[in-house]
Amino acid sequence: MPVQEPALGAQRRREVLRQCLSVGVASGAYAISFGALSVAAGLSLWQTIVLSALLFSGASQFGVVGIVAAGGSGAAAVATSTLLGLRNGLYGLQTSRLLGVSGLRRVAAAQLTIDESTAVGIAQPERAAQRLGFWGTGLAVFVLWNALTILGALVGNALGDPKMYGLDAAAPAAFCALLWPRLKSGDTRAVAAVSAVIALVVAPHSPAGIPVLVAALAAVVAGLLPSRRASAIDGPRRGKVKKMGVRTPTTPRTENPPDEGPPA
Amino acid sequence: MTLWTTVLLASGLAFALKLLGYVVPHRVLDGPVVSRVAAMLPVALLSALVAVQTFTGSGGGLTLDARAAGVAVAVTALLLRAPFLVVVILAAATAATLRALGWG
Repeated sequence: MPVQEPALGAQRRREVLRQCLSVGVASGAYAISFGALSVAAGLSLWQTIVLSALLFSGASQFGVVGIVAAGGSGAAAVATSTLLGLRNGLYGLQTSRLLGVSGLRRVAAAQLTIDESTAVGIAQPERAAQRLGFWGTGLAVFVLWNALTILGALVGNALGDPKMYGLDAAAPAAFCALLWPRLKSGDTRAVAAVSAVIALVVAPHSPAGIPVLVAALAAVVAGLLPSRRASAIDGPRRGKVKKMGVRTPTTPRTENPPDEGPPA
Repeated sequence: MTLWTTVLLASGLAFALKLLGYVVPHRVLDGPVVSRVAAMLPVALLSALVAVQTFTGSGGGLTLDARAAGVAVAVTALLLRAPFLVVVILAAATAATLRALGWG
């Protein structure tokens, strides 16, 4: 740990702050639909406000509201929210190292540990910019997210049925946009495809919220499997990966050289 | 479980998980397997959420309605590198327009 870090130049500082703010605005807009969907699902204005302030993790909040709207149990809502929140704990393992915080600042940093703050923070090359990126994005998202949640809840109430405005398509579209940048490798595309199929197969036979939990197992299984094919996957046979990716690890260990694809 | 219990329990657990990342000694959870699961979990969860919220009705049965058209437009917008907000607005506008026309 260096005792003194070089300070950021004014130019870099502005650059990072611009990133923080644009991420804050983009995800804040998403809070409008959260507020509207939440009250439409039957949560009160205060319950909606508490979710944004205390839970403060978009996917988990939409998970809770979605399950409540579908008539699912409270236990299913809490379980889904918690499973969706697991990743924040894993982000914390990374961000705690670059922030080096303790006491109250650690509590604040933990609460601000979400996809956006972590992504902007760890994307910066220098330590000072990493810290600025994390705190700047976390605070920008927190302020806008909470303010626009209230607006969405109030406007949503006044507007009536959110379906009329297509808000029920806005949520999956937003998830799609959050998912999009993660689909760069064959491995992640395979996991995404399998997980979607599993969720749809399970959905008609289970209470709301369970399909997503079951689909998450695909990620755990994929994570536990050795990534020995990683180098082959990004080779020329990329197109095959979607079909093969998840099945392959069940086949016996073979040592395929990267230039020689697995048998179809 | 009342709605308030659900809200507060989910919030408390969410914070506990966030804090856990800051208090657990790094070597306990540090490793290639954990980082692979960490990378895959959001992908699986987001993808499952997209599928369920796009293609299932209130009872969990599979349906095809205006939401699917909205999400298809969102994917097209993402392919064209549209910003987040544009993607979301286009999806909502598509679904709303189709419903106004009496479909889905």
